[in-house]
Amino acid sequence: MGLCGYWRGCISRGMGSIVRLEVNGATHKVDAEPERLLLWVLREELDMTGTKYGCGEGQCGACTVLIDGTPARSCQTRIGAMDGKKITTIEGLAEHGHLHPLQEAFLEVDAMQCGYCTAGMIMSGVALLKKSPDPDEAEIRQYMQGNICRCGTYPRIVAAVRMAAKGKVTA
Amino acid sequence: MNGIEPERYELMAGPAYDFPLDRRGFFKTLGAGIVVASLMEAQESGGGRRGGQAAPKEIGAWLHIGTNGLVTAFTGKVEVGQNARTSLTQAVAEELAAPMASIEMVMGDTDRTPFDMGTFGSMTTPQMVPLLRRAAAAARRLLPEGDWAHIDFSKIDEKLAHAPTEGSFKPTAEWTVMGTSAHKVHGRDIVTGAHKYASDMKLHNMLYGRVVRPAQFNAKLVKADVSAAKAMPGVVVVQDENFLGVAAPTMHQAAAAAAAIEAEWSAPAQTSNATLFADLRKTTGVGRGGSEAGSVEKALAEADKKLDRTYTVAYIAHAPLEPRAAVASWINDKLVVWTGTQRPFGVRTELAQSFHIPEQNIRVSMPDTGSGYGGKHTGEAAVEAARLAKGAGRPVKLVWTREEEFTWAYFRPAGVIDVRSAIDKSGHITAWEFHNYYSGPSGIDTLYDVPNKKIQFHQLDGPLRSGSYRGLAGTANHFARESHMDELAALAGMEPLEFRLHNLKDARFKAVLQAAAERFGWGKTKGAFGIAGGYEKGSYVATCVEVQADAGKTPRVVRVVQAYECGAVINPDQLKNQNEGAVIMGLGGVLFEAVQFENGRVLNPHFAQYRVPRFRDVPRIELVLLDRKDLAPAGAGETPIMTLAPAVANAVHAATGERRRGMPLFGGAVG
Repeated sequence: MGLCGYWRGCISRGMGSIVRLEVNGATHKVDAEPERLLLWVLREELDMTGTKYGCGEGQCGACTVLIDGTPARSCQTRIGAMDGKKITTIEGLAEHGHLHPLQEAFLEVDAMQCGYCTAGMIMSGVALLKKSPDPDEAEIRQYMQGNICRCGTYPRIVAAVRMAAKGKVTA
Repeated sequence: MNGIEPERYELMAGPAYDFPLDRRGFFKTLGAGIVVASLMEAQESGGGRRGGQAAPKEIGAWLHIGTNGLVTAFTGKVEVGQNARTSLTQAVAEELAAPMASIEMVMGDTDRTPFDMGTFGSMTTPQMVPLLRRAAAAARRLLPEGDWAHIDFSKIDEKLAHAPTEGSFKPTAEWTVMGTSAHKVHGRDIVTGAHKYASDMKLHNMLYGRVVRPAQFNAKLVKADVSAAKAMPGVVVVQDENFLGVAAPTMHQAAAAAAAIEAEWSAPAQTSNATLFADLRKTTGVGRGGSEAGSVEKALAEADKKLDRTYTVAYIAHAPLEPRAAVASWINDKLVVWTGTQRPFGVRTELAQSFHIPEQNIRVSMPDTGSGYGGKHTGEAAVEAARLAKGAGRPVKLVWTREEEFTWAYFRPAGVIDVRSAIDKSGHITAWEFHNYYSGPSGIDTLYDVPNKKIQFHQLDGPLRSGSYRGLAGTANHFARESHMDELAALAGMEPLEFRLHNLKDARFKAVLQAAAERFGWGKTKGAFGIAGGYEKGSYVATCVEVQADAGKTPRVVRVVQAYECGAVINPDQLKNQNEGAVIMGLGGVLFEAVQFENGRVLNPHFAQYRVPRFRDVPRIELVLLDRKDLAPAGAGETPIMTLAPAVANAVHAATGERRRGMPLFGGAVG
């Protein structure tokens, strides 16, 4: 039971401490132990449940968020290390009610079935587009290899990233 | 729970309600307006919900049109990513001539929707689409004529009606909403992270649960020292018979508390992969399905060219990206559970039996869920969350860990398939004997013309808990049959496609084989190719595969062409989405997925060890949809996964000269 073993002995039994988290442009003060994982703090304390648990082992990418613009597995990230960092989650992508072009592209090509991997896919794709504004298919596949879609919508996700890169979203 | 699959399902209890048309009840809940209910025909209820008895006529769906012009349609089916919510909305919109945006589907909620056996067996389209179309068509006749936008809904008369059980649908040629590629309903909630899956729900005062598991299957709890966990602030420990779990104010604390429990379990010695296939043959029992004609023994004895081959499939995992999850809350003696399940009414029965309470006191609600693939028919997380919530006196959310999902869910059964066959000098099959051990009877019969055949499914309890899976035995049976067809073609000295067509009269089957071959350029291009075709659950599929085999490397699937025909197409793009997804999911099963187990333990319960298809595994995929507008639509969630595996095996043989008869083809030693 890997996770339990991982946590054994590292719990602080007393009160938590105040950790400052900057998420989607807003600063949150969270009363939580610094070793708690960002994924669960986002979900439990800040009610931002768009970021998903898929494996807790950094293997599936469902929990991907951006930390200072770089994609990170929030299930492997301790909140104590987040001081002074800017965290972006799926809830923070749309601006003034306008979806990010990649969110629009996902809708345009229906790049989802159950949708559980979608937030992590979009966050990884947004990070890729920042780094490389016009990635080809091979680069997209390489970059997003760590994100699992069990429904198998990979070709559509590649198409959505290409569409967003080319500014061809019409939705 | 061993050996459950849809074909073998016999529900233990009927529904708590029969939902008689109670005028006051309907309008109290739904508000004024029009309500039309659709009665289910016996054949639509899945052959009877009480273990094969004829089902009474009961309501399968209803819809309500409010005085604000909003339409709410109710069905016990659920949305697990197969996009039923979208296709059902299209069906209602078509018959009402209403915009899709004015229609909301309420799905899979035991207090709000009609009883339904479950969402499996590709039955949503053939069962639920006609029920909703009938209700919508009947409702439309109760409304004033003219454009939807011009109806004054505030003036509609309150009416409660049954839809006729016979036809009066809009003809396929007049479809304007069905037959079009409508986008996923609620897609915006998915891409913004707003949609609440069961694992996202949060109730006031809710605790987070964690179950303490034994290291082996079939273990009994001997004793547990829970003192350290109980001493942790806010932690509740629940120990009841063989159940041991905790609830705590955060997931972090729940995990720490579970880890602090020292539990001793005892488990019997159990088998492993090493003896799996030998173990599975130890049965003489014959289950449902299969067929017999002529005399196989005589035909084999008289034949000059014959084959005797064995094919195997491993246990594989569904690995839905959202693991089992449930939020449970007791309000006095009433239990409410939100959970991701393909059988909300079945889970209600499980809860009633677990807690010895009447089904009337339980509500199970199913938010659109992070996929199932046949893997979420059962209510483990619901029962566990409810037990923890009962002990804590507060609502509890339980989300299984990935390791739990890989270990304590059920698996697609493994299987052994023995095939004996014979051909005559003209290349016609004269004998076909087919024995499937354990994996199941779905898709077991052959559509090829065979005068002498004996096809049997042999049922037994396997070493691991097994259950339904997308396509289930259909994949195993197609893998064996269509691999064997290639081996017979070689024996006959015929080209694989030619051999199939030579032994086939079924026009729809021929059509998909020819459509796939034509798009692929079968016989016209260089490379290593494989073809396979088949039929199951009302639809036909054929797949052509190109494999690239570089020296010293595992062969790679580089191109797939799949032709698919499921009658009239309701939503072409979502149908393509299902086909693409099936092909990609199928790649895992044929190439590398296998549950490795030993002495009651799963040895590879992590994505780092149990490989599933990822971006770089995906070949070029082309689809040919044969839209038969003259035929009723069939379900399409499963059959598109069935012929990829044999097509890949046949292509690998073409590329390497090596015939691999075990799935996964490259998964290492299994059995």
